[in-house]
Amino acid sequence: MGAYLVRRFFLMLLTLFGMSVLIFVLLRVMPGNISDILFESAGLVNPAEKAKIEKELGLDQPLVVQYSTWISGLLRGDLGYAYVSEKPALDEILPRIPITAKLAVLALFFSIVLGVPLGVISAVKQDTPLDYALRVVSLSGLSLPSFWLALLILMGFVHFLGWIPIYTDKPATIWHELALLSIPAAAVGFRASALIMRLTRSSMLEVLRQDYIRTARAKGASAASVNYDHALRNAVLPVITIIGIEAAFLIGGLIVTETVFNIPGVARFLVEAIRWRDYPIVQNLVMFIAVVVVVVNFLVDMAYVVLDPRIKYED
Amino acid sequence: MPRTVSPRIFAAAIVVLALVGGPALAQKQGGTLRIYHRDNPPSASVHEEATVSTNLPFMAIYNNLVIYDQTKDVNSVETITPDLAESWSWDATKTKLTFKLRQGVKWHDGKPFTAKDVECTWNKLLGKDADTFRKNPRAIWYQNVKEIALNGDFEATFVLNRPQPALLSMLASGYSPVYPCHVSTRDMRTKPIGTGPFKFVEFKQNEVIRLARNPDYFVKGKPYLDGVEMRIIANRSTRTLAFVAGEFDMTFSQDITIPLLKDMKSQAPNAICEIKPQYVPRNLMVNREKPPFDNAKLREALALAIDRKPFVDILTEGKGDIGGVMLPLPEGLWGMPPEVLKTMTGYGGDIEKNRAEARKIMESLGYSASNPLKVKVSTRDIAIYRDPGVILIDQLKQIYVEGELEVVDTTIWHAKAARKDYTIGMNLTGMSVDDPDPVFYENYACKSERNYTQYCDPAVDKMIDEQSQETDVEKRKKLVWAIEKKLNDDLARPIIYHDRAATCWHPHVKGFVGHQNSIYSNWRFTDVWLDK
Repeated sequence: MGAYLVRRFFLMLLTLFGMSVLIFVLLRVMPGNISDILFESAGLVNPAEKAKIEKELGLDQPLVVQYSTWISGLLRGDLGYAYVSEKPALDEILPRIPITAKLAVLALFFSIVLGVPLGVISAVKQDTPLDYALRVVSLSGLSLPSFWLALLILMGFVHFLGWIPIYTDKPATIWHELALLSIPAAAVGFRASALIMRLTRSSMLEVLRQDYIRTARAKGASAASVNYDHALRNAVLPVITIIGIEAAFLIGGLIVTETVFNIPGVARFLVEAIRWRDYPIVQNLVMFIAVVVVVVNFLVDMAYVVLDPRIKYED
Repeated sequence: MPRTVSPRIFAAAIVVLALVGGPALAQKQGGTLRIYHRDNPPSASVHEEATVSTNLPFMAIYNNLVIYDQTKDVNSVETITPDLAESWSWDATKTKLTFKLRQGVKWHDGKPFTAKDVECTWNKLLGKDADTFRKNPRAIWYQNVKEIALNGDFEATFVLNRPQPALLSMLASGYSPVYPCHVSTRDMRTKPIGTGPFKFVEFKQNEVIRLARNPDYFVKGKPYLDGVEMRIIANRSTRTLAFVAGEFDMTFSQDITIPLLKDMKSQAPNAICEIKPQYVPRNLMVNREKPPFDNAKLREALALAIDRKPFVDILTEGKGDIGGVMLPLPEGLWGMPPEVLKTMTGYGGDIEKNRAEARKIMESLGYSASNPLKVKVSTRDIAIYRDPGVILIDQLKQIYVEGELEVVDTTIWHAKAARKDYTIGMNLTGMSVDDPDPVFYENYACKSERNYTQYCDPAVDKMIDEQSQETDVEKRKKLVWAIEKKLNDDLARPIIYHDRAATCWHPHVKGFVGHQNSIYSNWRFTDVWLDK
């Protein structure tokens, strides 16, 4: 196990290195840089002033030098200065992370508490009206575009019901924050819950046909015990995998949700930073997301061992 | 026989007048005006930007030497009022404009304002200061300023190379604040210091901009508001909904398009929405230096093919205006009257006749329905650019031109234009002051950096200089219209149409006056108050 962990750790480092090169190169391949955009916004072209800005920001340096400056800074905890706000990038990124993290955790929580039990019910009640209804719900969750769903929810809860305000003020209490975030989280989590529900259902159906389930029933185990102790425990592994993947993909869904609900998190900030070619913000944020994804994947792999005693990572 | 008014009627009239005029006397102090902002301003430095996204949130931090009256809806020489200057005067040669400055004015950090600050600001704009601006989009406005001469701490004179009466109009624009000498240009971009009615509190990128009342403002009793808060909401549906739901007191400047206005009025029937010209005309860029439009005959055919009315009807539901470079009448001060406008190629007569003439030209050049001229119509990847581009392509078909829409990443639009890497481009140009000097010098003068299509004709430069020196308004108008005609004949960014849009606010917002011929100069908020 120890050797596996070490191998895994180095693999994670390798993945992060690959990500850093990829994002660095992709950003430079995109048309225009910050100086182009600054002049674009002012509607003028001045090559001399543009060159001055590029020199000031080190964009005139060879790419290798720019990359090593960024990585060495990152390793020292110096994320550089944001090009647009001219403030330390860390000061721009840090306050936004908790907002997105709370939204992501809430969305994931929503998708699990909705997706897993409904998936089990759908499997156990296969081909009943309840199963059909749940399948329609899960299909609509997968097919409704999240921006459209978010707009509908926004209209319903803000305009017609007036239950939540649009995120225009920092929430005063944790309950206020929960109220503000729970509806956007539900909008994001709905799609993920649909996927989890479908996977749980199919996985459960497969397990419920196994011999050991028949044995459990034959020895007189209750339906709840059969479904939850015997079947779900064995059916949950692919669900855990998909939850891990969804956690990583969640950030994509949050970009739309944060924009529509006006939540000042990192996802929306990242899109704006890409639009402005604000390299220090984009590079560091993408690296942060990469770290989160890599760690979540690692935790999912570790969860396999806990959930299925048959799985062992050999040294 | 002389008529007399009975005392009863007189008393009743006084009561009515008092009731009608009552609110004007009852401004309430306090409250925070909440406006939504449509996007993240590039910086807080008004001098370095050329977008209302910066003017609207930050103009109230500063003062100018003179300012367009914030309580009147027209920007004109007659509505210019004192600001940091108490008075001004021209010398006999009209080449020296002297300002007597207010005394006792303090910057928001407590330092005193003096004439040195005026000198510093314009030296930066003239490129004479060591701490230059990162971008200087309106440098061309002051190309005629030789120097700023000081006489003590409270008198500054703009010394000009030649007479330029429009200088005062440019100085009265929201784009002409006075900056403090003691604050760096970098700090002015991120945490600006001014003398204005509101102090800068914070600017959180993509989130919020906050201003707080300046208790030491030199106009006693003003501003009425405790502060102004502008939340940045990039999504139009969200911000409109938030306004309707009462989260905001006011929309961003002209954020409500004509098609959106119906929804707005049905969802917020009490909201006050004023439709005004944007003075951001949609125009064409035609590359005159590369084939095929290096051929003057082909440019003429193009000019004849354009029917401006469908653009106005389709895109603005008939609310837009057809005109030249200067803002059309009645709001514009320099717009061409219909009898002059219709003499310009492509503006008058029967469109079918014009197009028949254009087809003849095209046929003489070897083009036909079976052998059309294939061109790319380039434009930015933004709906307000793409939509007129599509209509243009449809119209070009009428004269054997097969257009293909080339959508260009918005970040490289001006750079592409500067490289002349286009054949036809659909473009938008914001005009900040309704005066020919800034409009022509910025966009059509050979030396201007904002003339990114690099149209350059020394004869036009001479005509622009000539109108610039003319003090007689009627004579100047004639010169301006001659320039309009010349620019139109040359297809130098020919104007397609002028758009209109609405700014809305809830009835409890009082004292806000939107200017009808500029969107850049009415954001001081000194007279705005909240009746709640």
